[in-house]
Amino acid sequence: MASIPMEQGLLLAGVLFAIGLTGVLVRRNIIFVLLSLEVMLNAAGLAFIVAGYRWGQPDGQVLFLFVLTMAAAEVSVGLALVLQLHRVFKTLDVDVASRMRG
Amino acid sequence: MNAVYYISSVVAVVATVAAVTGLNAVHSLLYLIVSFLAVALIFFTLGAPVIAALEVIIYAGAIIVLFIFVVMILNLGDVAVEQEKRWTVGKMWVGPALLALVLMAELVYVLFQQTVHHLPGAGPIQPQDLGATLFGPYMLGVELASMVLLAGLVGAYHLGRRRQPDETAQERQEPVDAGARR
Repeated sequence: MASIPMEQGLLLAGVLFAIGLTGVLVRRNIIFVLLSLEVMLNAAGLAFIVAGYRWGQPDGQVLFLFVLTMAAAEVSVGLALVLQLHRVFKTLDVDVASRMRG
Repeated sequence: MNAVYYISSVVAVVATVAAVTGLNAVHSLLYLIVSFLAVALIFFTLGAPVIAALEVIIYAGAIIVLFIFVVMILNLGDVAVEQEKRWTVGKMWVGPALLALVLMAELVYVLFQQTVHHLPGAGPIQPQDLGATLFGPYMLGVELASMVLLAGLVGAYHLGRRRQPDETAQERQEPVDAGARR
């Protein structure tokens, strides 16, 4: 098993989270926004795993399972919204759906 | 094992950057699979073999398959790549990337302020302990997670279903519903 400093594990989680955040801020295609959200959730889960391993407790892994469940539920609703957006507006541009008027 | 950790973290970062900056949706999803596999390897080196398996099965399997289904249903082709080129010009990346970089620098600063904690080189956390904790103190969380999944299922079904023509006629008789539709 690896014996790396805990900070490096958390650093990796931070880097992945920052990449995902940049993607959410920059992209206009809603599929890429959802993809970046997945990257962010995965990075949060990585931080849980690293912290759980630091103290040798299974709690971090349990919380990762909850993050996983949440990500699965989020992505299914999100992709259904993508289909609906494409059906109504005939585009995947998130800016089009910013008026909140159906 | 340390080398495995460092190599797979570099792979994860490179693959994630490629996934987020890509123009073709399918190529981005393939890069994302590589990223998830690299993170699964990291989980394995961090003593979480069950979580590594779940990462491969659920993230790299189920979630990516959902994405690919949607991309296939929408049938995006070369037109979409051209559109992406117009939507994401190079200078758009500067502002958000700088802001995210500042946040990440602050995080790194806070992290390395403290004394360095080395992770224990001990063996993995046993799946038995994981199960005992999950269905012991976290039982309420499991119940709530089941409700989240149910809500996600119902929500995805409701949003994703195609409206039938006779249903539209039915809604025309109910002005409240008809007004909400476009």
